[in-house]
Amino acid sequence: MIKKLSIALVLLGAAGLTLAAEVRSLRGHVDLQEESRPPEPKRFAKDGEPIPRDYVQQPPLIPHKIAGYRIDRNSNKCLSCHSWKHYREAGATKISQTHFEDRDRNVLANVSARRYFCTQCHVPQAGAKPLVENTFEPVKAISAD
Amino acid sequence: MTDNNSKPCEGTLCRLWTVLKRPSVTYSVGTLLVIGFIAGIIFWGGFNTAMEMTNNEEFCISCHEMRDNVFQEYKNTIHYSNRTGVRATCPDCHVPKEWHHKVVRKIQATNELFHKAMGTIDTREKFLEHRLELAKNVWRAMKKTDSRECRNCHNYEYMDFAEQGRRAVAQHSRGLEEGKTCIDCHKGIAHELPDMREIDPSAVVGSN
Repeated sequence: MIKKLSIALVLLGAAGLTLAAEVRSLRGHVDLQEESRPPEPKRFAKDGEPIPRDYVQQPPLIPHKIAGYRIDRNSNKCLSCHSWKHYREAGATKISQTHFEDRDRNVLANVSARRYFCTQCHVPQAGAKPLVENTFEPVKAISAD
Repeated sequence: MTDNNSKPCEGTLCRLWTVLKRPSVTYSVGTLLVIGFIAGIIFWGGFNTAMEMTNNEEFCISCHEMRDNVFQEYKNTIHYSNRTGVRATCPDCHVPKEWHHKVVRKIQATNELFHKAMGTIDTREKFLEHRLELAKNVWRAMKKTDSRECRNCHNYEYMDFAEQGRRAVAQHSRGLEEGKTCIDCHKGIAHELPDMREIDPSAVVGSN
């Protein structure tokens, strides 16, 4: 029994080794001895119209650059346009009502702490092509065409 | 004329004044003029050189209050590092370029020396405590001068709206119409913001 087990283990180990040799990074293979070249930095789209959602629950994407927009305890740069106070004059999308609820569904007067850090869910776009093929398509009920 | 003889001088100041008042007997007017002229150049040049020495980044961050707080924050902003390598250093934004405004600002800076000596913001905690007040001082000054120091480089009249992003065009044309000044919107672009709840409660968590 023990003999059989150890043979199985050795075989498994060998299989593992051959498999490991085939594992390649999607970002390009560089030999351990060689120095890898840093990838081209991604350039964020400067400014554009709102991007349609791909599914109902998707947090809307940010259609503009946000470099240097600080979000900390003292202030939130995003809210200086997207808050209910400023969205009209700024011509921005206002944050949704869900952002005023705490985790117990109590409605607060101002944005809730759990929804304050915008970039936890909302991200700007950089024209980065997916590394793995993706065939996802929005359902007909929400797509524009 | 006879006053000098009738009232002999006692104090040092008085004696000095007597010497200064007496016309020169040994030197010609020409010599005195040339000496005065050269001395003038040296004094004036010296004064301006000394003033310029206090007008550069190296001088500003020779105090830890500036080096460890505002300078570190500024290093992460576009006025420190950007694609073209054009920089705006501390005095470019905080000291006026025109001579008389500059001198006025330099005289005001004695207040800063006083607080340096008092140690008003000599720790990070004290600095954070005063941060809102300090920021408001700068905002008030910029508002009063119509953001004069910003406009040394940035000027509405020479802005090409065609080169600006959609949002920038909308905001800048509106700002121009309403007669707004740079600092009205561009707060906290070179340093981190203080607690903004009293200025814009809609942008601070937990404020009403």
